[in-house]
Amino acid sequence: MAQAFFGGVHPHDMKAATNEKAIEQLAPPAEVVIPMSMHFGAPCTPLVKVGDHVKVGQKIGEFRGLGAPIHASVSGTVKAVEPRPYSMGGNMTSVIIENDFQDELSEEVQAPANPDALTVDEMVEIVKNAGIVGMGGATFPTHVKISGGIGKVDTVIINGAECEPYITGDHRTMLERPEEIIGGATYLARMFGVDKVVIGVEDNKRNGIDAMNKVIAEKKAPVVVEALRCRYPQGGEKQLCQAITGKQVPPGGLPSNIGCAVFNINTTCAIFRAITEGMPVVRKIVTVSGSGIIEPKNIECPIGTPVSCLLDACGGVKDGTYKLIAGGPMMGMAQYTADIPVAKGTGAILAFCEKEEQTVEHPQCIRCGKCVAACPVHLEPLFMYQYAEKGMVDELNEAHIMDCMECGACSYTCPARMHLTHMFKTGKQLVKNKMAADKAAAEAKKAAEEKKEAVNK
Amino acid sequence: MTDYKNLKLIATSNPHIRGSETTRSIMLDVIIAMLPALAFAIFNFGLRALTLTAVSVVGCIFWEWLYRKLMKKPQSIGDLSCVVTGMLLAFVCPVQMPYWMILIGDFFAIIVVKQLFGGIGKNFLNPALAGRAVLLASYAGTMTSWVDPAAGKAPIIGSMADVVTTATPLAVMKTGDFAALTGTYNVGNMFIGQIPGSLGEVSALALLIGGAYLIWRKVINWQTPVSYIATVAVLTFLFPKQGSGVEWMLYSVFGGGLFLGAFFMATDYATSPVTKKGQLIFGIGCGLFTVLIRYFGSYNEGVCYSIMVMNLLVALIDKYTKPTRFGVVKSDKKEAAAK
Repeated sequence: MAQAFFGGVHPHDMKAATNEKAIEQLAPPAEVVIPMSMHFGAPCTPLVKVGDHVKVGQKIGEFRGLGAPIHASVSGTVKAVEPRPYSMGGNMTSVIIENDFQDELSEEVQAPANPDALTVDEMVEIVKNAGIVGMGGATFPTHVKISGGIGKVDTVIINGAECEPYITGDHRTMLERPEEIIGGATYLARMFGVDKVVIGVEDNKRNGIDAMNKVIAEKKAPVVVEALRCRYPQGGEKQLCQAITGKQVPPGGLPSNIGCAVFNINTTCAIFRAITEGMPVVRKIVTVSGSGIIEPKNIECPIGTPVSCLLDACGGVKDGTYKLIAGGPMMGMAQYTADIPVAKGTGAILAFCEKEEQTVEHPQCIRCGKCVAACPVHLEPLFMYQYAEKGMVDELNEAHIMDCMECGACSYTCPARMHLTHMFKTGKQLVKNKMAADKAAAEAKKAAEEKKEAVNK
Repeated sequence: MTDYKNLKLIATSNPHIRGSETTRSIMLDVIIAMLPALAFAIFNFGLRALTLTAVSVVGCIFWEWLYRKLMKKPQSIGDLSCVVTGMLLAFVCPVQMPYWMILIGDFFAIIVVKQLFGGIGKNFLNPALAGRAVLLASYAGTMTSWVDPAAGKAPIIGSMADVVTTATPLAVMKTGDFAALTGTYNVGNMFIGQIPGSLGEVSALALLIGGAYLIWRKVINWQTPVSYIATVAVLTFLFPKQGSGVEWMLYSVFGGGLFLGAFFMATDYATSPVTKKGQLIFGIGCGLFTVLIRYFGSYNEGVCYSIMVMNLLVALIDKYTKPTRFGVVKSDKKEAAAK
């Protein structure tokens, strides 16, 4: 077994706070705020208007192009359709539903008569209608990944690495719902026509591996579990493919380029529920943890639940909480308000009140090269930082800044506390702007030449 | 219940946690790693080894503080890098040199080499070695007379007239009788460091302990010191000038400043390559120039200049040892080349 990728870091996993706490069901919130963008792609168009009555599982947002539909997560009345803050920063058109606490199930939710008799196309259609996206945080529409990968993919990987510190939702799912994972994996095997699905799990979740192996043995499922080295970012799609197959995804490519497709543990569960029960994505398991949380927990709640409800369920936050993060501490987004809802990709809500954030006033690179050794995509962050700082766009592009996946390993390891990841986000934008400008200039030139030619004729 | 409206939240870029290592903790580790060599220097040369090192450290802190103060720049002495420079400069000087002289070396190291180029991480020469080079050029006599540790210790203050000086093993190997040298100092003396030489360079054993500590703490990579020492060992074993290959090699490796240079000078972050491959090349280059200077140069020791020469080549080495782009495998590269 290769099970290795280049670089990475090994932060303290901080999972002990929640990894032995069973997933709790949140008391139904009085209202939910469902943003129309919870996937990679253009936002959905709302299908409901103020005053409409909606039921659980009813489609309330339709996608255009790349995307996935959005469903009501509680039954009740639509109170407003307006822009609200959401976890990706800024505001997003959201459907606000006042909960009637009836929990009526929509007629749209229909379990297939015989799930095992479905054709591949029918299964993909079910996945699409269920609004399933990558639940690990990347939120790429799952039906696109499946239909785009069929025929090309020979290795289907379930991502149970959960390499971000603090987060334990996938771990608890392995312990409490292993049959959903294995069931979903079996359907994925059928869709891709492969005879084996690999579940990659970091070896700090031994009991999760055992729980899944037990179910695999009982059901004789075409699934194997591989223990992986505990190292961040083991759960990065490209790193996971590298660890399991030994192959590297080409620059700018997708895992399907090397015959891989990667699905998160909870995405797999969602596929299982969609195919067996017809249930779309309306609930999400969220780990609420961090030094600022009074009682850390794993909570399952309806999509759109305000984060403040989750925090209340965990006893509130401690005084001096200075940071609220949607996602893990390495790649999550810091929030400026607790007024955001849980979305399909929100795996964790962290609050920090201690000295997690360590900044220095005048960071000075000492050229130690630890960032180069830590970068899992073989970049040289220290040089990229200098280029980005000076706005040297061509050099940035030549240093392959667009390969950077903003995993934060370089910043984590930097002894001088340089703001490397931050600078690369800016740098990537510089490169994108330059590319757009170059393209526009080239088109303008072409148009001018054509015009000239037309005049000459 | 908490009032979430009044939370004072900071929204910054990921990652939101940081490792425990800081510039200061790294420098502290380097200082700890130099303590065995300092302890041996005190044992070998007397307490003057400690006072000279202390003066040099204070000098470096003072010059750095003064420059940052005069230039109205944020103070940087807290990162302890100037303490490391001060100790290293004392380590490469003879123990009986006057205290004022080392302050001049400190001035050149800190102000000219380090601060004028922008401070920590920006200098292109190792400050301590550049300081030594300037002292050697300016005060050649003092900088090349060595106290004989077997004959007595240097006094902490006062005249050095009574101090017995002698030639270093490398000087004997350059011009004198190798057989006589092996009679005076056996291989054990060479390894432990009961020989004349610069203050902190004499004990290969103490430096090896410090170097192993640095590698264990992941402050330095093994690539630079191992490739450096191995290159010198292989070349001196293959081309002994006198005596047998093994004997000549051992005296060459343990004599002079090779261990100090390999573990503490060539591994200086600011003046060495950033990739492990680059560090391997850097170490081999240092080893090559060291042997060339010892064999064909006018100096009997080449560690200082060899590292400084390689310092100047770091940008070039970095340029040609970039990591292979992720996802580009060797076979792809060959195909691309074939096209």
